[in-house]
Amino acid sequence: MNVVATSVFIFFFLLVTVLGFWASRWKAGDLNSLHQWGLGGRQFGPWVTWFLIGGDLYTAYTVIAVPGLVYALGAYGFFAVPYTVLMYPLAFLLMPRFWNVCAKHGYVTAGDFVLGRFGSKWLELAVSVTGILATMPYIALQLLGMEIVIRGLGFQGEGLMAHVPLTIAFVILALYTYSAGLRAPAVIAFVKDIMVYVFVIAAVVYIPYQLGGFGSMFDGAGKVFEGMVAAGAAANPPKVVSAGLTLTQSQIWPFLTLAVGSTLALFMYPHSLTGVLSANGPKTIRFNMTMLPLYSLILGLIALFGLMGRAAGLDLKNTGDVVPQLFLKFFPDWFVGFSFAAIAIAALVPAAMMSIGAANTFTRNIWRPFVNAQMTDKQESDMAKLISLVVKVGALLIIVGVQTQFALNFQLLGGIIMLQIFPALCFGLFTRKVHGQPLLIGWAVGMVLSLVLIWISRTPAGAIVPMWSSPLGIGLYIGVVTVAANALVSYVLSLVMPNVGTDETMATDYLDAKL
Amino acid sequence: MKYVLLLIPCICALAAPYYNVIEPRAFGFPFFYWFNLALIPVSMAFIYVAGKVGGDQ
Repeated sequence: MNVVATSVFIFFFLLVTVLGFWASRWKAGDLNSLHQWGLGGRQFGPWVTWFLIGGDLYTAYTVIAVPGLVYALGAYGFFAVPYTVLMYPLAFLLMPRFWNVCAKHGYVTAGDFVLGRFGSKWLELAVSVTGILATMPYIALQLLGMEIVIRGLGFQGEGLMAHVPLTIAFVILALYTYSAGLRAPAVIAFVKDIMVYVFVIAAVVYIPYQLGGFGSMFDGAGKVFEGMVAAGAAANPPKVVSAGLTLTQSQIWPFLTLAVGSTLALFMYPHSLTGVLSANGPKTIRFNMTMLPLYSLILGLIALFGLMGRAAGLDLKNTGDVVPQLFLKFFPDWFVGFSFAAIAIAALVPAAMMSIGAANTFTRNIWRPFVNAQMTDKQESDMAKLISLVVKVGALLIIVGVQTQFALNFQLLGGIIMLQIFPALCFGLFTRKVHGQPLLIGWAVGMVLSLVLIWISRTPAGAIVPMWSSPLGIGLYIGVVTVAANALVSYVLSLVMPNVGTDETMATDYLDAKL
Repeated sequence: MKYVLLLIPCICALAAPYYNVIEPRAFGFPFFYWFNLALIPVSMAFIYVAGKVGGDQ
């Protein structure tokens, strides 16, 4: 075990633990109401929201997986950059309207909005179950990110012992989320972001300098990719390797549709909406949709770590190890400890937000309408606290008890099904022409079609490939195909079916309140 | 006008067949990479102006 790195790592971890428990006193409110525990009292100003949503969307898993994909395939992994460029113009249009209507009617989740807007309990259930199912593997992958850096510290263990550090970290996280609710990740996000900025900028300056400048870093990585392609072609039987500094022709459509699909899905996740709703007003949200792309710049630089790994000659079996291995190769132990701590803390913020988002959704949109309609505020927040624990234990069991591949497959599936609530939210916010029952049918069509396309596209070994080889001869991201079918069905059926739902919102509820 | 301003960075991000090239380079970065990275601050500027033009609606 690397003693210096581990000590620095533990120091920072303890620091955020103290902050997490202190958070319950910050901007104090009555934590026995879901509005306070689960949304932080809808009072976060522009900068707190910036750190919170930034910490929420740009996760530890992103820091590990995006460079891993760039390391494996080159330019294709860079889809994360156009993806995040597309995301904010869209969110700039949608999210202020969403905040306004939710604040007006006291909605806490997407399910609340759908119930109020379309008057359909079943559509509310569909939206909520989709959100929870998609969030579970996402939390598990945050743990996986944390485990990768703990492994990088040199911690070795056999069997269940191997998961002891992760379990400890997670129990701590669970406890302070339980006591402080959304205030905990909001406070920790400050520390996390500053640490991430420091380590990324240091690494992006120092490592290419060691490799002879950016030009030779790119050239070096390009040569390695050419070698991989040549080796694939020379193999018997020949294997087509699609990797390089630019996209191959066959990668262009998958690259674009993956970027678009990821964009449409991101703000549908319960944790993203929780982050948006905790802001103190639509102006704060517009400010954030303008300023959040700064994180994308950092993400773009993080993606370059994958190329640096190739240029530095790292030969890794597990592509997810590229960031830890790169840092171990180039940096002194204390800085390795600092960087790994930043990544581990970057797992805590979204893991807390995701479990809160899932817990809010379960309590408001599954338990209350279907089990106990007469919950008091206190019962509601107690239930949400309990569910946040259950969700985290579930995620931990996925990582400890099941193969990693299962979590990865489940996550890919989650991204595709998360897209299926986009029509309900987007039509709901912008038009009165589309109503509840057609949206529910559209959702069902989207879900079934997604499962069918995933089934026919799977690899012989059973791994999920989110791309469908369409009859047009191009590969398309399955989520984009199925959400298009979903939206079309919803729209067309709305023209022919009668509107049976009641809408409790009015057109002015979506606009900024006049002061 | 607001919608046009928001659409421009999106169209640039989707123009992969055009930016999928190595040359011209900038600071050693192949075009594919520096174009994408440069697009981020450019998109911020467009969103900012869209907010100014569109007001609060």
